[in-house]
Amino acid sequence: MIRPHRKHPLWLAYILHRLSGLALAIFLPAHFYVLSLALTAPKDLDGFLHWADKPLVKAVEFGLVFLLAVHFFGGLRLMAFELLTWTKDQKTWAAASVAFAFMVAGSFVLRAI
Amino acid sequence: MSSDTKTLDVSVWRGDSAGGKFERFQVPNQQSQTILDVVVWIQQKIDPTLAYRYACRVGMCGSCAMMVNGEPRWTCRTHVLKVIRDNRIEVAPLRNLPVIKDLATDMDPFFTKWVKAEGVFHPTSSRDDDIVKVNPSSDDRILADAAIECINCAVCYASCDTVQGNPEYLGPAALNRAWTLVNDEKDGKRADILDAVSQRGGCHNCHSQGSCAKFCPNELSPITSIAGLKRETIKSFFKGR
Repeated sequence: MIRPHRKHPLWLAYILHRLSGLALAIFLPAHFYVLSLALTAPKDLDGFLHWADKPLVKAVEFGLVFLLAVHFFGGLRLMAFELLTWTKDQKTWAAASVAFAFMVAGSFVLRAI
Repeated sequence: MSSDTKTLDVSVWRGDSAGGKFERFQVPNQQSQTILDVVVWIQQKIDPTLAYRYACRVGMCGSCAMMVNGEPRWTCRTHVLKVIRDNRIEVAPLRNLPVIKDLATDMDPFFTKWVKAEGVFHPTSSRDDDIVKVNPSSDDRILADAAIECINCAVCYASCDTVQGNPEYLGPAALNRAWTLVNDEKDGKRADILDAVSQRGGCHNCHSQGSCAKFCPNELSPITSIAGLKRETIKSFFKGR
């Protein structure tokens, strides 16, 4: 339950940025482990990539790409806000970063299926 | 709210720094009633021991801020009709500040941080000097003017989750005040202010949640001021000052 003082777009953008960053930090070690299989166990990697072609895994990958994209665009918004003399329309840009992330993740899924 | 509802169901937080709980009161529903009117009515008609703070009643002094239905608000300018939900109102002391009693909070930490942020004017001339003219259309003055109408109500401080999570964080109001002085051509210690706001608990702790700007009753934007401080402290760092 989100408490009343947190129910506004920039706070939601903040928590989305935090949670996506946390999720990516948890995901990255697994990602690097799978990459390392290319050197240490190529057959296992082939098996994993075959498994990763399943539709359900692609749906989960959509989530991962979305998290990466929303963290990327949200981070750009924050850096622009803090480092450039540009202060207005923050809510619009927070919404736009979510929209861009959906576009990127959606494009990924459309290419994958 | 239906217009024929004759009484309001008001929950008021009662207690002190050791703890407390909400107490319910039935208050007559009247036209053009503010939350402060409701609190005053309870104290004058039902329980004279209810503690709260107010002074001007017209949104200038910044004394009467409280949490209303979970949001920080200046109660003297908050109309009941604007915030009531299902004929219920919940009034509590401001978040992030120690409670003295009931709805009155201890503002000491808030103003101590104000001073810690060097949010005090540093004069460059004495009373014997001529008054220095300030150009109202200069870039610095426009930035200062945009942030200067703060009434020290601590609504932004109560809305900020960074303040809640980090007791050292100076908070939006103190940093907003520091920003007005950084842009004040009459202030003589710009470098000291930038130094003060870049210490532990300073402007770089802000997570840009924006609750300060969302709830500021005077429609200021402390988040914008803090972003300005971040820029100026970074510039100052790379210039080796």
